[in-house]
Amino acid sequence: MYSMILKRLGIGAITVVAVSVIIFLGTKVLPGDAAQIRLGQSATPEAVAALRAELGLDLPIYQQYLQWFGNFITGNLGQSLSNPDVQITSLIADRYENTLIVSVLTAIIGVPISLALGVMAAMFPGSIYDRILTFTSVTLVAAPEFFTATLMVLIFVFALGIGNAVVVGSTEGKDLFQLIAHFALPIATLCFVIASQLIRMSRAAVLNVMSSPYIEMAILKGVPRKRIILRHALFNAIGPIVNVVALNLAYLVTGVIVIEIYFGYQGLASLIVQGVQTRDFVLIQGLGMIFCGTYVVLMLAADIAAIVSNPRLRHPK
Amino acid sequence: MTDTTQTTQSSDAGEHYVAPFDANVSFDELQDAPPPAKFKLSITGWVGAIVVGFWLIVAITGPFIAPFGENELPFPDDYSEYQTPRLGDATDPETGEERGFFAQVYNGALMGTDAEDRDILSRIMYGAGRTIGISFVATTIAYFLGVILGIGAAVAGPRVDMIVSRINDAFLSLPSIMLGLVMVAAFGSTIPVLIVCAGLIYTTVVYRLARGIGMDIMVMDYVEAAKVRGEGIWWIVTKEIWPNAAMPLISDFGLRLIYVILFISSLSFLGLGVQPPQADWGNMVKENLGALQYGESIIPVVAPAVAIATLTVGINLIVDDISAHAGGKLSKRM
Amino acid sequence: MSDDDIVFETKDLRIHAMRDDGSELPIVKGVDIQVKRGQVVALIGESGSGKTTISLSSLGYCKPGLVWGGGEANLLGHDVTKMDTEELRPFRGEKVAYLAQSAAATFNPSIRINEQVTEAPVLHGTKTQEEANKRANELYHALELPNPDSIGDRYPHQVSGGQLQRLMAAMALCGDPDLLVLDEPTTALDVTTQIEVLKAFKKVIKEEGAAAIYVTHDLAVVAQIADYIVVLYSGEIKEKGPVDVIVNNPQHPYTQRLMAAVRPTPSAGMGDGADGSHRREAPALEARAVDAGYGKGSDGKPLVQILRDVNVTIERGHTVGVIGESGCGKSTLARVMAGLLPPFGGQINLDGGELPGALTSRKRSELQKIQFVYQMADTALNPRQRIGDILGRPLEFYHNLRGEKKRERVQQLLELVELPKEFAARFPHELSGGQKQRVNLARSMAAEPEVMLCDEVTSALDSIVGANVIKLLKGLRKETGVSFVFISHDLSTVASFADEIVVLYAGRVAEKGPVDQVLAPPFHPYTRLLISSVPEMRVGWLEETMGSREALAGISRGVTITKVGCPFFDRCPVAIDGTCDKIDPPKRADPHGHGHVIECHREIDELMAETAYAQAQIDAADAAANAGGEA
Repeated sequence: MYSMILKRLGIGAITVVAVSVIIFLGTKVLPGDAAQIRLGQSATPEAVAALRAELGLDLPIYQQYLQWFGNFITGNLGQSLSNPDVQITSLIADRYENTLIVSVLTAIIGVPISLALGVMAAMFPGSIYDRILTFTSVTLVAAPEFFTATLMVLIFVFALGIGNAVVVGSTEGKDLFQLIAHFALPIATLCFVIASQLIRMSRAAVLNVMSSPYIEMAILKGVPRKRIILRHALFNAIGPIVNVVALNLAYLVTGVIVIEIYFGYQGLASLIVQGVQTRDFVLIQGLGMIFCGTYVVLMLAADIAAIVSNPRLRHPK
Repeated sequence: MTDTTQTTQSSDAGEHYVAPFDANVSFDELQDAPPPAKFKLSITGWVGAIVVGFWLIVAITGPFIAPFGENELPFPDDYSEYQTPRLGDATDPETGEERGFFAQVYNGALMGTDAEDRDILSRIMYGAGRTIGISFVATTIAYFLGVILGIGAAVAGPRVDMIVSRINDAFLSLPSIMLGLVMVAAFGSTIPVLIVCAGLIYTTVVYRLARGIGMDIMVMDYVEAAKVRGEGIWWIVTKEIWPNAAMPLISDFGLRLIYVILFISSLSFLGLGVQPPQADWGNMVKENLGALQYGESIIPVVAPAVAIATLTVGINLIVDDISAHAGGKLSKRM
Repeated sequence: MSDDDIVFETKDLRIHAMRDDGSELPIVKGVDIQVKRGQVVALIGESGSGKTTISLSSLGYCKPGLVWGGGEANLLGHDVTKMDTEELRPFRGEKVAYLAQSAAATFNPSIRINEQVTEAPVLHGTKTQEEANKRANELYHALELPNPDSIGDRYPHQVSGGQLQRLMAAMALCGDPDLLVLDEPTTALDVTTQIEVLKAFKKVIKEEGAAAIYVTHDLAVVAQIADYIVVLYSGEIKEKGPVDVIVNNPQHPYTQRLMAAVRPTPSAGMGDGADGSHRREAPALEARAVDAGYGKGSDGKPLVQILRDVNVTIERGHTVGVIGESGCGKSTLARVMAGLLPPFGGQINLDGGELPGALTSRKRSELQKIQFVYQMADTALNPRQRIGDILGRPLEFYHNLRGEKKRERVQQLLELVELPKEFAARFPHELSGGQKQRVNLARSMAAEPEVMLCDEVTSALDSIVGANVIKLLKGLRKETGVSFVFISHDLSTVASFADEIVVLYAGRVAEKGPVDQVLAPPFHPYTRLLISSVPEMRVGWLEETMGSREALAGISRGVTITKVGCPFFDRCPVAIDGTCDKIDPPKRADPHGHGHVIECHREIDELMAETAYAQAQIDAADAAANAGGEA
């Protein structure tokens, strides 16, 4: 078991290195020169050359990469191109709090409810409850995020008359419930977005286990339905469920650009838009690495959870 | 024909019974399981098919039957009269008539006009072809590349597979929207760039799917039988693997199409997809978002959002039927 | 006998399958069976006969997709077809218990064995956890499981298949049910394991006095364990009666056909070998000192070595049967010969010339001469190709036949395997299992090979269908003079078809030679174990064999591949400590036979004597059993 976990860790590390190469080369291939961007079009060639030397841009590409990757590992993401006085780390520090609050709150509220709903749907396949839930999640899983967001705005703001269509004000000094109220609409929207996936997948995972012979055996032993699901089926479905949860958590950190823009609050994901608009490669590199790291760590956690939950690996012969 | 009647005799252990039989009847081997049932759409599947059919017709004929041009201003002289109803405008200021929340606007602009006074209905009709067309071509590209690479990796053996799959994993670990934004920002927001960019990004997903299906087929005995026969790689790929991989891959196309439509719309929503003044459902939402946020009107935002949602949900309803038919195998690969 | 003794009975029981279009297809068509207390009723029939469906009706259970179609199924006087799941719960696991074919799939992989075994009585409230644990422990002892006091703490993957099968019996018996339903509980096991499990089942059924329904397609097994037999075909009862009546005097033509397809007990002289008319100088195929294995280890050797110093010669027109338990390396040998697994030592010769080890470096003409036939026609035939294309491809590929000529040849091939010509236009899924296996064979024949490697080609088929396939193979051998390597775990089939037998154990040749000599003394101890484990089609065989089993120690242990010494050491009743486990056994030629070789540390004479001793034991047990029966 431990060797398998080590292997996964190794693969994770390889993925991070591969991504760093892709990001580094990718931003190098992009048109535009860092020194030029930083100094603007009016800069003299001498000034640009001087800055290039200072930034190490005249070194061979592999040295640049090693330097950059070394800096990244030590937490130095460099300086913003669009605003040389600003460290990328401080740009990110300004944003990560909102992202963290929204994603953690969404995960705490959304994940358990969705999993419970999905497992319940699997307990009564074909029932009215199951059909309504399945239909809703089939619908929501395919709908664009801004459709779901619009729906939330229509329901909460227009029909019920609570809250604002945009997130306004600061989070400072707010307690948990005030924070939830503050981010009510994005949290509600994201809950629906991840719920549609989680319900579908947890239902499918449990139903998949439910078709195995040992479940039939449990039925033939006269085991009550509740115990069949909770004791016999659920534990064997952990692997795929944890995997989907991890994918959705990664999405909450890295993939919510549209939601952040829609509700107008400043999160990590929409920082990438700023980076793109100002052609700030250094910012894009830093964010890319952070997103990739988040994804890799979450997927690793899911893999390890699946390994640990497998009795074959936990208790070898 | 000789019919023998049943004989019964009693013994301690129980009776002996012989069923009547016809000595000439042979007892053929019982048939295997009946062939898989033909694919049929459920009610929700039909709803999906009708909705998708509707949008396809709109996509093709939209520019010809739209009441106004894409960037035409229907009421250039006095648009203040013809504005869409505002929130709170429960009564018509001129006639005092109850107008209600979703009251429609007059004189041919059925959905009212947008933030720049263009006819929303016409723009949606123009946008339909663009959104669907871009997504379809992009998905096709993704399939073309992804299937070639994926099946190739499955056939080429563990070493090649290892390398290609690791690189693919690396790309998968980056959010697709971020990749899209960077690529579009670098090469410009033109429709060809958008198509290639979406195609490349979704190649990674199709690759993983095609590789999985290819791997499953590679271990089948009939593929090994072809190898033992001495068949070359070309025969194995085209005659043994492809015919078996085609169906599951094609039935997954719809699902990928949904994700590409959402991706393109999201890029447009973020201002880096289809560029104004060209109409696209995503950028229509973005352009008119203010109307919703300031409580002026909902139709300019709701209409394009509903358009995308009905299209993608419609496709998904069909996809769901297909995957239920395929024994839920597709949903596992999501 | 009074009606109180009836534990379960069906009256005109009908069960239907729901088709997709909503119509119903009858699966069970009005069946009457009765199971009395203390009685074992066997349901026999081929796949599709409805035997499992009927047996499950006693638990009030229909497989998904099936519905009750009428009639009654009365368990202890209650019609279980009229109950819902909640009403059924007190019956299931307590009054009636089910044993499935595959224990490996039936145990929940993530729950410890003891919890699963004791679950039913504890849930039903008939026993406390302590009582149930105690009962389970008794059963572990009664079923002769190794480490009975700690085996319950393990997870299912930590015990062997044969042990799991017995643990499933413990699970069924833990609630002291009135009726046991056993669904092919030994079919998936090797013969040597099957006999152990059968023995355990028979013992506990007898001791517990429970009634049982035993579902199987294997008449020889039925003869050992059942009191009453019900013969089913296509959801109808064709014949039913006491076991001795059915076995000795079957009336219905279908029963007679079933009996005719029962494989005879393997013994010398039963072979139907080749007549030698096709013989030539050089052997058709030869494996010389082959070492092979999987994975990549150090110094060029594989990580897991399977085959060690295997020598097999296949004369032209001859059939060599390769036999052994699962994991002995039978299929590996075939894969080495086919070039799918290059050996790391030794060589493969074709027509006296050395063949490259790897498939890719063999010439097309060499590939054509060796054809591989897969066990599962289902996976060996491409589901998206028509039969005509499947058969046509080797014709085109090896013999360059095209167009009309190819079409004609395909029809000839279909004729050769006794299939209608129209099948050329069909897809594999439109054929039955036996028909698919014929196509599978015809495809290999199309290449006009010199050697056909048949890997368990009849194992997945019902007995009648399998017997027909063997008949077909015999015909092909006669007509074409093709040589066969016939791999099977079923000694009877091999004995009736092969000219020579190679007995593999843990990747080594334990014994080989002409059929008549391998199946007659002197035996390698392993060969004798194999032969004595094949159930005989007569009542009382199990008791006799059980009596003599004590002479054959260590049967239930699995195959372990050893690096030094004789791999059979830990199961061998005549093993010599310090020799057999340390030194590789010598190859001893039987002075009385031609090419009969036994790899054993014991002298041929010693093995002869050993056989006589064991036979005496069997006779003694026989006599004791007879005496017991008369008393």
